[in-house]
Amino acid sequence: MSCKRVYGMATRDAYGKTLVELGKENPNIVVLDADLSKSTKSALFAKEFKDRFFNMGIAEANMVSTAAGLATCGKIPFASSFASFLMCKTFDQLRMSVANPHLNVKLVGSHGGISIGEDGASQMGVEDIALACALPGFVVMVPADEIATRALVRLAAEYAGPVYIRTGRPKAPFVYQPGVRFEIGKANVLREGRDITVIANGLLVQEAMEAACQCSEKGIDVRVVDMHTVKPVDVDAIIQSARTTGAIVVAEEHLLSGGLGAAVAQVAAENSPVPMGFIGLRDTYAESGLPEELFKKYGLTSLHIVAEIEKTIKRK
Amino acid sequence: MDIDGLRGMAKTIRRDIIRMIAEASSGHPGGSLSATDIITALYFKVMRHDPKRPGWPERDRFVLSKGHAVPALYSALARSGYFAVDLLWTLRKFGSPLQGHPEMGRLAGIEASTGSLGQGLSIGAGMALAGKLDKKEYQVYVMIGDGESEEGQIWEAAMAAAYYRLNNLTAIIDYNSQQLDGWVRDIIELEPIVDKWKAFGWHVIEIDGHDLHQILKALDEAKATKQMPTVIIARTVKGKGVSFMENNVEFHGMAPTAEQKELALRELS
Repeated sequence: MSCKRVYGMATRDAYGKTLVELGKENPNIVVLDADLSKSTKSALFAKEFKDRFFNMGIAEANMVSTAAGLATCGKIPFASSFASFLMCKTFDQLRMSVANPHLNVKLVGSHGGISIGEDGASQMGVEDIALACALPGFVVMVPADEIATRALVRLAAEYAGPVYIRTGRPKAPFVYQPGVRFEIGKANVLREGRDITVIANGLLVQEAMEAACQCSEKGIDVRVVDMHTVKPVDVDAIIQSARTTGAIVVAEEHLLSGGLGAAVAQVAAENSPVPMGFIGLRDTYAESGLPEELFKKYGLTSLHIVAEIEKTIKRK
Repeated sequence: MDIDGLRGMAKTIRRDIIRMIAEASSGHPGGSLSATDIITALYFKVMRHDPKRPGWPERDRFVLSKGHAVPALYSALARSGYFAVDLLWTLRKFGSPLQGHPEMGRLAGIEASTGSLGQGLSIGAGMALAGKLDKKEYQVYVMIGDGESEEGQIWEAAMAAAYYRLNNLTAIIDYNSQQLDGWVRDIIELEPIVDKWKAFGWHVIEIDGHDLHQILKALDEAKATKQMPTVIIARTVKGKGVSFMENNVEFHGMAPTAEQKELALRELS
Protein backbone atom coordinates (compact mmCIF):
# COMPACT_ATOMS: atom_id res chain seq x y z
CA MET A 1 0.00 0.00 0.00
CA SER A 2 0.84 3.67 -0.49
CA CYS A 3 4.26 4.62 -1.90
CA LYS A 4 5.13 1.30 -3.49
CA ARG A 5 3.04 -0.65 -5.95
CA VAL A 6 1.94 -4.16 -5.12
CA TYR A 7 -0.27 -5.48 -7.87
CA GLY A 8 -3.39 -7.51 -7.25
CA MET A 9 -5.73 -8.86 -9.88
CA ALA A 10 -7.61 -6.65 -12.33
CA THR A 11 -10.89 -5.31 -10.99
CA ARG A 12 -12.71 -7.17 -13.80
CA ASP A 13 -11.28 -10.46 -12.50
CA ALA A 14 -12.45 -9.63 -8.99
CA TYR A 15 -15.91 -8.92 -10.44
CA GLY A 16 -16.10 -12.33 -12.14
CA LYS A 17 -15.00 -14.15 -8.99
CA THR A 18 -17.46 -12.24 -6.83
CA LEU A 19 -20.28 -13.05 -9.25
CA VAL A 20 -19.59 -16.75 -8.74
CA GLU A 21 -19.81 -16.34 -4.96
CA LEU A 22 -23.04 -14.38 -5.28
CA GLY A 23 -24.44 -17.02 -7.64
CA LYS A 24 -23.92 -19.66 -4.98
CA GLU A 25 -25.56 -17.57 -2.29
CA ASN A 26 -28.57 -16.25 -4.18
CA PRO A 27 -30.52 -18.17 -6.85
CA ASN A 28 -32.07 -14.92 -8.09
CA ILE A 29 -28.72 -13.62 -9.39
CA VAL A 30 -28.71 -13.90 -13.19
CA VAL A 31 -25.99 -12.65 -15.52
CA LEU A 32 -26.14 -11.29 -19.07
CA ASP A 33 -23.31 -10.45 -21.42
CA ALA A 34 -23.00 -9.22 -24.99
CA ASP A 35 -20.32 -11.56 -26.38
CA LEU A 36 -17.55 -10.17 -24.20
CA SER A 37 -17.88 -12.53 -21.25
CA LYS A 38 -14.28 -13.72 -21.53
CA SER A 39 -13.14 -10.10 -21.25
CA THR A 40 -15.65 -8.79 -18.70
CA LYS A 41 -15.07 -12.03 -16.73
CA SER A 42 -18.76 -12.85 -16.45
CA ALA A 43 -17.66 -16.08 -18.18
CA LEU A 44 -16.60 -17.30 -14.72
CA PHE A 45 -20.27 -17.18 -13.69
CA ALA A 46 -21.37 -18.73 -16.99
CA LYS A 47 -19.17 -21.75 -16.34
CA GLU A 48 -20.71 -22.40 -12.92
CA PHE A 49 -24.32 -21.44 -13.57
CA LYS A 50 -25.15 -22.23 -17.18
CA ASP A 51 -28.93 -21.88 -16.67
CA ARG A 52 -28.65 -18.43 -15.15
CA PHE A 53 -26.29 -16.96 -17.72
CA PHE A 54 -27.61 -15.40 -20.92
CA ASN A 55 -25.26 -14.50 -23.70
CA MET A 56 -27.34 -11.99 -25.65
CA GLY A 57 -24.89 -11.67 -28.50
CA ILE A 58 -23.55 -8.39 -29.81
CA ALA A 59 -26.81 -6.60 -29.08
CA GLU A 60 -26.34 -4.41 -26.03
CA ALA A 61 -29.63 -2.52 -26.26
CA ASN A 62 -31.61 -5.75 -26.19
CA MET A 63 -29.47 -7.01 -23.31
CA VAL A 64 -30.26 -4.00 -21.11
CA SER A 65 -34.02 -4.04 -21.73
CA THR A 66 -34.10 -7.83 -21.24
CA ALA A 67 -32.33 -7.32 -17.91
CA ALA A 68 -35.07 -4.84 -17.02
CA GLY A 69 -37.75 -7.42 -17.82
CA LEU A 70 -35.97 -10.00 -15.64
CA ALA A 71 -35.80 -7.48 -12.79
CA THR A 72 -39.57 -6.90 -12.90
CA CYS A 73 -39.96 -10.60 -12.07
CA GLY A 74 -37.72 -10.54 -9.00
CA LYS A 75 -34.41 -11.51 -10.61
CA ILE A 76 -31.21 -9.58 -9.82
CA PRO A 77 -29.61 -9.22 -13.25
CA PHE A 78 -25.96 -8.25 -13.70
CA ALA A 79 -25.42 -7.13 -17.31
CA SER A 80 -21.88 -6.67 -18.56
CA SER A 81 -20.01 -5.41 -21.57
CA PHE A 82 -17.19 -2.95 -22.09
CA ALA A 83 -17.93 0.33 -20.29
CA SER A 84 -17.97 2.16 -23.61
CA PHE A 85 -20.54 -0.10 -25.30
CA LEU A 86 -22.61 -0.71 -22.20
CA MET A 87 -23.19 2.97 -21.53
CA CYS A 88 -22.92 4.60 -24.94
CA LYS A 89 -24.89 2.08 -27.00
CA THR A 90 -27.71 1.61 -24.51
CA PHE A 91 -28.22 5.01 -22.98
CA ASP A 92 -31.88 5.22 -23.98
CA GLN A 93 -32.56 1.67 -22.77
CA LEU A 94 -30.95 2.60 -19.44
CA ARG A 95 -33.08 5.73 -19.35
CA MET A 96 -36.49 4.24 -20.08
CA SER A 97 -36.26 0.50 -19.41
CA VAL A 98 -34.21 0.77 -16.20
CA ALA A 99 -33.91 4.26 -14.64
CA ASN A 100 -37.46 5.51 -15.21
CA PRO A 101 -39.09 2.59 -13.34
CA HIS A 102 -36.07 2.42 -10.97
CA LEU A 103 -35.54 -1.30 -11.57
CA ASN A 104 -33.09 -3.52 -9.73
CA VAL A 105 -30.61 -3.90 -12.60
CA LYS A 106 -26.83 -3.95 -12.13
CA LEU A 107 -24.63 -2.79 -15.00
CA VAL A 108 -20.95 -3.58 -14.86
CA GLY A 109 -18.75 -2.03 -17.54
CA SER A 110 -15.26 -3.43 -17.88
CA HIS A 111 -12.36 -1.84 -19.76
CA GLY A 112 -13.11 1.54 -18.23
CA GLY A 113 -10.74 4.40 -18.95
CA ILE A 114 -7.68 4.58 -21.20
CA SER A 115 -5.62 1.98 -19.32
CA ILE A 116 -6.95 -0.71 -21.67
CA GLY A 117 -4.06 0.43 -23.86
CA GLU A 118 -3.45 -1.07 -27.26
CA ASP A 119 -7.04 -1.53 -28.44
CA GLY A 120 -7.41 2.21 -28.83
CA ALA A 121 -10.09 4.85 -28.48
CA SER A 122 -13.11 2.90 -29.79
CA GLN A 123 -12.84 0.44 -26.89
CA MET A 124 -12.12 3.00 -24.14
CA GLY A 125 -14.90 4.04 -21.80
CA VAL A 126 -14.06 7.65 -21.01
CA GLU A 127 -17.58 9.04 -20.72
CA ASP A 128 -19.32 6.15 -18.94
CA ILE A 129 -19.38 7.83 -15.52
CA ALA A 130 -20.88 11.03 -16.89
CA LEU A 131 -23.60 9.04 -18.65
CA ALA A 132 -24.34 6.87 -15.62
CA CYS A 133 -24.49 9.90 -13.32
CA ALA A 134 -27.03 11.52 -15.67
CA LEU A 135 -29.53 8.71 -14.97
CA PRO A 136 -31.84 9.68 -12.06
CA GLY A 137 -31.66 7.23 -9.16
CA PHE A 138 -28.55 5.38 -10.33
CA VAL A 139 -25.73 4.47 -7.96
CA VAL A 140 -22.37 4.85 -9.74
CA MET A 141 -19.17 3.26 -8.42
CA VAL A 142 -15.53 2.97 -9.51
CA PRO A 143 -13.54 0.52 -7.39
CA ALA A 144 -9.78 1.01 -7.05
CA ASP A 145 -8.56 -2.54 -6.49
CA GLU A 146 -9.69 -6.13 -6.09
CA ILE A 147 -10.62 -5.72 -2.44
CA ALA A 148 -12.81 -2.71 -3.20
CA THR A 149 -14.36 -4.49 -6.17
CA ARG A 150 -15.37 -7.54 -4.18
CA ALA A 151 -16.95 -5.37 -1.51
CA LEU A 152 -18.74 -2.99 -3.86
CA VAL A 153 -20.13 -5.72 -6.14
CA ARG A 154 -21.55 -7.42 -3.06
CA LEU A 155 -23.08 -4.15 -1.86
CA ALA A 156 -24.58 -3.61 -5.32
CA ALA A 157 -26.27 -7.02 -5.18
CA GLU A 158 -27.78 -6.20 -1.77
CA TYR A 159 -28.92 -2.71 -2.78
CA ALA A 160 -32.44 -2.50 -4.29
CA GLY A 161 -32.15 -0.26 -7.35
CA PRO A 162 -30.07 0.42 -10.44
CA VAL A 163 -26.28 0.43 -10.10
CA TYR A 164 -23.42 1.03 -12.51
CA ILE A 165 -19.94 -0.23 -11.63
CA ARG A 166 -16.85 0.43 -13.75
CA THR A 167 -14.08 -2.16 -13.77
CA GLY A 168 -10.71 -2.07 -15.50
CA ARG A 169 -8.63 -4.24 -17.78
CA PRO A 170 -5.08 -4.14 -16.29
CA LYS A 171 -3.94 -5.54 -12.98
CA ALA A 172 -4.74 -3.02 -10.25
CA PRO A 173 -2.34 -2.12 -7.43
CA PHE A 174 -3.63 -2.77 -3.92
CA VAL A 175 -4.74 0.32 -2.08
CA TYR A 176 -6.65 -1.63 0.58
CA GLN A 177 -5.85 -4.26 3.14
CA PRO A 178 -8.31 -7.12 3.49
CA GLY A 179 -11.13 -6.52 5.96
CA VAL A 180 -11.75 -2.83 5.26
CA ARG A 181 -15.41 -1.88 5.52
CA PHE A 182 -17.17 -0.32 2.54
CA GLU A 183 -20.45 1.50 2.33
CA ILE A 184 -22.19 2.80 -0.79
CA GLY A 185 -21.81 6.59 -0.86
CA LYS A 186 -19.22 6.68 1.90
CA ALA A 187 -15.67 7.64 0.89
CA ASN A 188 -12.63 6.05 2.51
CA VAL A 189 -9.81 8.24 3.81
CA LEU A 190 -6.60 6.40 2.89
CA ARG A 191 -4.13 8.94 4.21
CA GLU A 192 -4.51 11.91 6.50
CA GLY A 193 -2.88 15.22 5.62
CA ARG A 194 -3.21 18.93 6.42
CA ASP A 195 -2.27 20.92 3.32
CA ILE A 196 -4.48 19.62 0.52
CA THR A 197 -6.80 16.70 -0.29
CA VAL A 198 -6.62 14.52 -3.38
CA ILE A 199 -9.97 12.88 -4.09
CA ALA A 200 -9.63 10.06 -6.60
CA ASN A 201 -11.14 6.77 -7.70
CA GLY A 202 -10.19 3.72 -9.76
CA LEU A 203 -6.54 3.44 -10.78
CA LEU A 204 -5.98 7.10 -9.95
CA VAL A 205 -6.17 6.29 -6.24
CA GLN A 206 -2.77 4.58 -6.35
CA GLU A 207 -1.38 7.45 -8.44
CA ALA A 208 -2.69 9.83 -5.75
CA MET A 209 -1.06 7.79 -2.99
CA GLU A 210 2.27 7.93 -4.80
CA ALA A 211 1.83 11.66 -5.41
CA ALA A 212 1.26 12.10 -1.66
CA CYS A 213 4.54 10.30 -0.95
CA GLN A 214 6.39 12.51 -3.41
CA CYS A 215 4.82 15.62 -1.89
CA SER A 216 5.79 14.55 1.58
CA GLU A 217 9.46 14.78 0.50
CA LYS A 218 8.72 18.37 -0.56
CA GLY A 219 7.13 19.15 2.79
CA ILE A 220 3.52 19.11 1.53
CA ASP A 221 1.16 17.06 3.67
CA VAL A 222 -1.48 15.45 1.42
CA ARG A 223 -4.73 13.83 2.44
CA VAL A 224 -5.97 11.09 0.06
CA VAL A 225 -9.62 10.08 -0.23
CA ASP A 226 -10.97 7.19 -2.30
CA MET A 227 -14.34 8.39 -3.61
CA HIS A 228 -15.38 4.98 -4.92
CA THR A 229 -19.00 6.09 -5.16
CA VAL A 230 -19.42 8.98 -7.59
CA LYS A 231 -23.15 8.99 -7.05
CA PRO A 232 -24.44 9.54 -4.46
CA VAL A 233 -21.19 11.37 -3.79
CA ASP A 234 -20.06 11.63 -0.15
CA VAL A 235 -20.99 15.23 0.61
CA ASP A 236 -19.67 15.14 4.19
CA ALA A 237 -16.27 13.83 3.10
CA ILE A 238 -15.94 16.63 0.55
CA ILE A 239 -16.94 19.35 3.00
CA GLN A 240 -14.60 17.95 5.63
CA SER A 241 -11.73 17.83 3.11
CA ALA A 242 -12.40 21.41 2.02
CA ARG A 243 -12.54 22.69 5.59
CA THR A 244 -9.59 20.82 7.02
CA THR A 245 -7.15 21.14 4.10
CA GLY A 246 -8.43 24.24 2.27
CA ALA A 247 -7.74 22.89 -1.23
CA ILE A 248 -8.77 19.88 -3.33
CA VAL A 249 -7.39 18.10 -6.38
CA VAL A 250 -9.69 15.55 -8.03
CA ALA A 251 -8.15 12.77 -10.11
CA GLU A 252 -10.02 10.37 -12.40
CA GLU A 253 -9.49 8.24 -15.50
CA HIS A 254 -12.37 9.90 -17.35
CA LEU A 255 -13.24 12.99 -19.34
CA LEU A 256 -13.40 16.01 -17.05
CA SER A 257 -16.96 16.69 -18.22
CA GLY A 258 -19.51 15.11 -15.93
CA GLY A 259 -17.23 12.85 -13.94
CA LEU A 260 -15.95 12.75 -10.35
CA GLY A 261 -14.32 16.20 -10.62
CA ALA A 262 -17.59 17.81 -11.64
CA ALA A 263 -19.47 16.05 -8.83
CA VAL A 264 -16.94 17.10 -6.17
CA ALA A 265 -16.73 20.67 -7.48
CA GLN A 266 -20.51 21.05 -7.30
CA VAL A 267 -20.59 19.99 -3.66
CA ALA A 268 -17.60 22.18 -2.76
CA ALA A 269 -19.08 25.19 -4.58
CA GLU A 270 -22.39 24.80 -2.77
CA ASN A 271 -20.96 24.22 0.68
CA SER A 272 -17.36 25.24 1.13
CA PRO A 273 -15.63 26.69 -1.94
CA VAL A 274 -11.86 26.19 -1.97
CA PRO A 275 -9.21 26.27 -4.72
CA MET A 276 -9.52 23.10 -6.80
CA GLY A 277 -7.47 21.36 -9.47
CA PHE A 278 -8.51 18.58 -11.83
CA ILE A 279 -6.74 15.57 -13.30
CA GLY A 280 -8.51 13.78 -16.15
CA LEU A 281 -8.94 13.77 -19.92
CA ARG A 282 -9.33 17.29 -21.24
CA ASP A 283 -11.87 17.16 -24.06
CA THR A 284 -10.06 14.46 -26.03
CA TYR A 285 -10.14 10.76 -26.90
CA ALA A 286 -6.94 8.80 -26.29
CA GLU A 287 -5.17 6.36 -28.65
CA SER A 288 -3.38 3.02 -28.83
CA GLY A 289 -0.31 2.48 -26.68
CA LEU A 290 0.86 0.98 -23.42
CA PRO A 291 -1.19 2.09 -20.41
CA GLU A 292 1.87 3.82 -18.90
CA GLU A 293 2.57 5.66 -22.13
CA LEU A 294 -1.03 6.82 -22.28
CA PHE A 295 -1.14 7.88 -18.63
CA LYS A 296 1.96 9.98 -19.32
CA LYS A 297 0.67 11.61 -22.49
CA TYR A 298 -2.82 12.31 -21.15
CA GLY A 299 -1.68 13.61 -17.78
CA LEU A 300 -2.82 10.91 -15.36
CA THR A 301 0.40 9.95 -13.52
CA SER A 302 1.46 10.71 -9.96
CA LEU A 303 3.85 13.35 -11.36
CA HIS A 304 0.94 15.16 -12.97
CA ILE A 305 -0.97 15.00 -9.70
CA VAL A 306 2.02 16.46 -7.84
CA ALA A 307 2.18 19.35 -10.32
CA GLU A 308 -1.56 19.96 -9.96
CA ILE A 309 -1.20 19.91 -6.15
CA GLU A 310 1.57 22.52 -6.26
CA LYS A 311 -0.41 24.72 -8.64
CA THR A 312 -3.59 24.46 -6.56
CA ILE A 313 -1.92 25.05 -3.20
CA LYS A 314 -0.56 28.37 -4.49
CA ARG A 315 -4.14 29.61 -4.87
CA LYS A 316 -5.02 28.99 -1.21
CA MET B 1 -67.03 -12.41 -21.69
CA ASP B 2 -68.62 -13.54 -24.98
CA ILE B 3 -67.99 -12.03 -28.39
CA ASP B 4 -70.93 -9.61 -28.11
CA GLY B 5 -69.68 -8.52 -24.71
CA LEU B 6 -66.20 -7.95 -26.12
CA ARG B 7 -67.61 -5.93 -29.01
CA GLY B 8 -69.51 -3.75 -26.55
CA MET B 9 -66.43 -3.32 -24.38
CA ALA B 10 -64.31 -2.37 -27.40
CA LYS B 11 -66.85 0.32 -28.21
CA THR B 12 -66.76 1.58 -24.61
CA ILE B 13 -62.96 1.74 -24.75
CA ARG B 14 -63.08 3.63 -28.05
CA ARG B 15 -65.47 6.16 -26.50
CA ASP B 16 -63.12 6.49 -23.50
CA ILE B 17 -60.18 7.10 -25.83
CA ILE B 18 -61.99 9.92 -27.63
CA ARG B 19 -63.14 11.52 -24.38
CA MET B 20 -59.74 11.20 -22.70
CA ILE B 21 -57.78 12.69 -25.57
CA ALA B 22 -60.33 15.47 -26.15
CA GLU B 23 -60.23 16.29 -22.44
CA ALA B 24 -56.41 16.34 -22.49
CA SER B 25 -56.35 18.32 -25.76
CA SER B 26 -53.44 16.15 -26.86
CA GLY B 27 -52.64 12.50 -27.44
CA HIS B 28 -52.63 9.82 -30.12
CA PRO B 29 -56.12 8.69 -31.17
CA GLY B 30 -55.19 6.89 -34.40
CA GLY B 31 -52.93 4.19 -32.94
CA SER B 32 -55.07 3.85 -29.81
CA LEU B 33 -58.18 3.07 -31.86
CA SER B 34 -56.34 0.59 -34.10
CA ALA B 35 -55.09 -1.32 -31.02
CA THR B 36 -58.44 -1.39 -29.18
CA ASP B 37 -59.92 -4.72 -30.28
CA ILE B 38 -56.73 -6.63 -29.49
CA ILE B 39 -56.30 -4.98 -26.08
CA THR B 40 -59.99 -5.68 -25.33
CA ALA B 41 -59.57 -9.38 -26.17
CA LEU B 42 -56.47 -9.62 -23.98
CA TYR B 43 -57.86 -7.91 -20.88
CA PHE B 44 -61.45 -9.19 -20.99
CA LYS B 45 -60.99 -12.72 -22.29
CA VAL B 46 -57.46 -14.06 -22.69
CA MET B 47 -55.17 -12.85 -19.93
CA ARG B 48 -55.06 -14.26 -16.42
CA HIS B 49 -54.90 -11.17 -14.25
CA ASP B 50 -56.42 -9.80 -11.09
CA PRO B 51 -57.00 -6.05 -10.74
CA LYS B 52 -57.00 -6.46 -6.96
CA ARG B 53 -53.51 -8.02 -7.06
CA PRO B 54 -51.58 -6.17 -9.79
CA GLY B 55 -48.32 -7.66 -8.47
CA TRP B 56 -49.58 -11.28 -8.51
CA PRO B 57 -46.48 -13.23 -9.61
CA GLU B 58 -48.48 -15.72 -11.71
CA ARG B 59 -50.27 -13.06 -13.77
CA ASP B 60 -50.00 -12.82 -17.53
CA ARG B 61 -48.13 -9.68 -18.55
CA PHE B 62 -48.96 -7.12 -21.22
CA VAL B 63 -46.29 -4.67 -22.38
CA LEU B 64 -47.45 -1.83 -24.61
CA SER B 65 -44.25 -1.17 -26.49
CA LYS B 66 -45.99 1.38 -28.73
CA GLY B 67 -46.54 3.50 -25.65
CA HIS B 68 -48.32 6.34 -27.43
CA ALA B 69 -51.43 4.11 -27.70
CA VAL B 70 -51.73 4.14 -23.90
CA PRO B 71 -55.23 5.65 -23.75
CA ALA B 72 -56.53 2.26 -24.96
CA LEU B 73 -54.58 0.53 -22.17
CA TYR B 74 -55.64 2.99 -19.46
CA SER B 75 -59.26 2.49 -20.43
CA ALA B 76 -58.92 -1.32 -20.41
CA LEU B 77 -57.29 -1.16 -16.95
CA ALA B 78 -60.00 1.14 -15.57
CA ARG B 79 -62.81 -0.92 -17.08
CA SER B 80 -61.18 -4.07 -15.61
CA GLY B 81 -61.23 -2.48 -12.15
CA TYR B 82 -57.59 -1.47 -11.58
CA PHE B 83 -58.68 2.07 -10.79
CA ALA B 84 -61.74 4.32 -10.94
CA VAL B 85 -63.03 5.21 -14.42
CA ASP B 86 -63.15 8.88 -13.37
CA LEU B 87 -59.35 8.90 -13.23
CA LEU B 88 -59.30 8.46 -17.02
CA TRP B 89 -60.28 12.10 -17.52
CA THR B 90 -57.06 13.23 -15.82
CA LEU B 91 -54.91 11.83 -18.66
CA ARG B 92 -51.79 13.95 -19.29
CA LYS B 93 -52.74 16.45 -16.59
CA PHE B 94 -50.32 17.66 -13.93
CA GLY B 95 -50.32 15.34 -10.93
CA SER B 96 -52.12 12.49 -12.71
CA PRO B 97 -50.68 8.96 -12.64
CA LEU B 98 -51.92 8.69 -16.23
CA GLN B 99 -48.78 10.00 -17.89
CA GLY B 100 -48.70 10.84 -21.59
CA HIS B 101 -46.86 7.56 -22.14
CA PRO B 102 -46.94 4.57 -19.76
CA GLU B 103 -44.71 4.73 -16.69
CA MET B 104 -44.25 1.72 -14.48
CA GLY B 105 -44.55 2.45 -10.78
CA ARG B 106 -46.96 5.35 -11.20
CA LEU B 107 -50.08 3.31 -11.90
CA ALA B 108 -51.10 -0.25 -10.99
CA GLY B 109 -51.20 -2.49 -14.04
CA ILE B 110 -48.49 -0.75 -16.07
CA GLU B 111 -45.76 -3.35 -16.56
CA ALA B 112 -43.02 -1.24 -18.22
CA SER B 113 -42.06 2.34 -18.99
CA THR B 114 -42.39 2.74 -22.73
CA GLY B 115 -42.82 5.49 -25.27
CA SER B 116 -39.26 5.57 -26.50
CA LEU B 117 -39.97 3.07 -29.25
CA GLY B 118 -38.30 -0.30 -29.70
CA GLN B 119 -37.75 -1.46 -26.11
CA GLY B 120 -40.90 -3.38 -25.17
CA LEU B 121 -40.18 -6.65 -26.93
CA SER B 122 -36.83 -6.96 -25.11
CA ILE B 123 -38.50 -6.19 -21.78
CA GLY B 124 -41.16 -8.82 -22.51
CA ALA B 125 -38.45 -11.30 -23.44
CA GLY B 126 -36.83 -10.69 -20.05
CA MET B 127 -40.15 -11.42 -18.33
CA ALA B 128 -40.56 -14.57 -20.42
CA LEU B 129 -37.01 -15.70 -19.55
CA ALA B 130 -37.78 -15.20 -15.85
CA GLY B 131 -40.96 -17.28 -16.31
CA LYS B 132 -38.91 -20.11 -17.81
CA LEU B 133 -36.32 -19.92 -15.01
CA ASP B 134 -39.02 -20.06 -12.35
CA LYS B 135 -41.08 -22.68 -14.24
CA LYS B 136 -44.12 -20.44 -14.14
CA GLU B 137 -47.07 -20.75 -16.47
CA TYR B 138 -47.67 -17.09 -17.24
CA GLN B 139 -47.76 -15.68 -20.76
CA VAL B 140 -46.19 -12.42 -21.87
CA TYR B 141 -47.85 -10.30 -24.57
CA VAL B 142 -46.09 -7.39 -26.22
CA MET B 143 -47.81 -5.03 -28.62
CA ILE B 144 -45.53 -3.25 -31.06
CA GLY B 145 -46.32 -0.87 -33.87
CA ASP B 146 -45.55 -1.42 -37.51
CA GLY B 147 -43.69 1.89 -37.64
CA GLU B 148 -41.96 0.88 -34.42
CA SER B 149 -40.62 -2.18 -36.22
CA GLU B 150 -38.16 0.12 -37.95
CA GLU B 151 -36.23 0.18 -34.64
CA GLY B 152 -33.22 -2.16 -34.72
CA GLN B 153 -33.79 -3.31 -31.15
CA ILE B 154 -37.02 -5.05 -32.21
CA TRP B 155 -34.97 -7.36 -34.41
CA GLU B 156 -32.31 -7.88 -31.75
CA ALA B 157 -35.10 -9.04 -29.45
CA ALA B 158 -36.64 -11.15 -32.23
CA MET B 159 -33.34 -13.01 -32.68
CA ALA B 160 -32.80 -13.56 -28.97
CA ALA B 161 -36.38 -14.65 -28.16
CA ALA B 162 -36.31 -17.28 -30.91
CA TYR B 163 -32.87 -18.50 -29.82
CA TYR B 164 -34.07 -18.89 -26.22
CA ARG B 165 -37.28 -20.60 -27.46
CA LEU B 166 -39.57 -18.25 -25.57
CA ASN B 167 -42.87 -19.85 -26.52
CA ASN B 168 -44.40 -18.03 -23.53
CA LEU B 169 -43.85 -14.75 -25.40
CA THR B 170 -46.30 -13.42 -28.00
CA ALA B 171 -45.65 -10.30 -30.03
CA ILE B 172 -48.63 -8.56 -31.60
CA ILE B 173 -47.96 -6.07 -34.37
CA ASP B 174 -50.64 -3.43 -34.64
CA TYR B 175 -50.12 -3.13 -38.37
CA ASN B 176 -52.15 -0.01 -39.15
CA SER B 177 -49.85 0.92 -42.05
CA GLN B 178 -49.29 4.48 -40.93
CA GLN B 179 -46.76 6.28 -38.80
CA LEU B 180 -46.33 9.93 -37.83
CA ASP B 181 -44.90 11.10 -41.14
CA GLY B 182 -47.25 9.15 -43.39
CA TRP B 183 -47.78 5.67 -44.84
CA VAL B 184 -45.20 3.16 -43.61
CA ARG B 185 -44.62 1.94 -47.18
CA ASP B 186 -43.58 5.49 -48.18
CA ILE B 187 -41.12 5.82 -45.29
CA ILE B 188 -39.43 2.44 -44.74
CA GLU B 189 -41.27 -0.49 -46.33
CA LEU B 190 -41.63 -3.42 -43.90
CA GLU B 191 -42.90 -6.00 -46.38
CA PRO B 192 -42.55 -8.89 -46.71
CA ILE B 193 -43.23 -8.79 -42.95
CA VAL B 194 -44.38 -12.42 -42.63
CA ASP B 195 -41.24 -13.72 -44.33
CA LYS B 196 -39.05 -11.55 -42.11
CA TRP B 197 -40.48 -12.92 -38.85
CA LYS B 198 -40.45 -16.49 -40.18
CA ALA B 199 -36.79 -16.06 -41.09
CA PHE B 200 -36.12 -14.88 -37.53
CA GLY B 201 -37.52 -18.18 -36.21
CA TRP B 202 -40.97 -17.13 -35.05
CA HIS B 203 -44.37 -18.77 -35.53
CA VAL B 204 -46.29 -16.22 -37.59
CA ILE B 205 -50.07 -15.74 -37.69
CA GLU B 206 -51.64 -13.09 -39.88
CA ILE B 207 -55.11 -11.81 -38.99
CA ASP B 208 -57.62 -8.99 -39.33
CA GLY B 209 -56.89 -7.13 -36.10
CA HIS B 210 -60.48 -5.95 -35.76
CA ASP B 211 -62.13 -9.38 -36.10
CA LEU B 212 -62.53 -10.65 -32.53
CA HIS B 213 -62.99 -14.27 -33.69
CA GLN B 214 -59.67 -14.13 -35.48
CA ILE B 215 -57.97 -12.33 -32.59
CA LEU B 216 -59.09 -14.94 -30.03
CA LYS B 217 -58.18 -17.84 -32.32
CA ALA B 218 -54.73 -16.41 -32.95
CA LEU B 219 -54.09 -15.83 -29.24
CA ASP B 220 -55.17 -19.44 -28.52
CA GLU B 221 -52.80 -20.71 -31.19
CA ALA B 222 -49.97 -18.58 -29.80
CA LYS B 223 -50.44 -20.04 -26.32
CA ALA B 224 -50.46 -23.59 -27.69
CA THR B 225 -47.31 -23.10 -29.76
CA LYS B 226 -44.29 -24.99 -28.44
CA GLN B 227 -40.59 -24.37 -28.96
CA MET B 228 -40.88 -20.91 -30.49
CA PRO B 229 -42.38 -17.49 -29.82
CA THR B 230 -45.37 -16.35 -31.84
CA VAL B 231 -45.93 -13.09 -33.64
CA ILE B 232 -49.44 -12.06 -34.64
CA ILE B 233 -49.42 -9.67 -37.58
CA ALA B 234 -52.70 -7.88 -36.97
CA ARG B 235 -53.81 -5.90 -40.01
CA THR B 236 -55.64 -2.91 -38.58
CA VAL B 237 -56.99 0.47 -39.59
CA LYS B 238 -55.56 3.57 -37.98
CA GLY B 239 -58.37 5.49 -36.29
CA LYS B 240 -60.71 2.47 -36.53
CA GLY B 241 -64.32 3.21 -35.60
CA VAL B 242 -64.36 6.94 -36.28
CA SER B 243 -64.99 7.63 -39.96
CA PHE B 244 -63.02 10.84 -40.23
CA MET B 245 -60.06 9.41 -38.31
CA GLU B 246 -59.78 6.16 -40.25
CA ASN B 247 -56.63 6.04 -42.37
CA ASN B 248 -56.19 9.75 -41.68
CA VAL B 249 -52.59 10.25 -40.64
CA GLU B 250 -53.43 13.69 -39.21
CA PHE B 251 -54.95 11.88 -36.25
CA HIS B 252 -51.75 10.00 -35.42
CA GLY B 253 -51.00 12.56 -32.75
CA MET B 254 -53.78 15.15 -32.82
CA ALA B 255 -56.69 15.54 -30.41
CA PRO B 256 -60.21 15.97 -31.76
CA THR B 257 -61.85 19.38 -31.37
CA ALA B 258 -64.98 19.61 -29.19
CA GLU B 259 -67.10 19.31 -32.30
CA GLN B 260 -65.11 16.35 -33.64
CA LYS B 261 -65.38 14.69 -30.25
CA GLU B 262 -69.20 14.86 -30.33
CA LEU B 263 -69.24 13.57 -33.88
CA ALA B 264 -66.94 10.67 -32.97
CA LEU B 265 -68.94 9.75 -29.86
CA ARG B 266 -72.14 9.73 -31.94
CA GLU B 267 -70.55 7.31 -34.40
CA LEU B 268 -69.45 5.10 -31.50
CA SER B 269 -72.80 5.12 -29.68
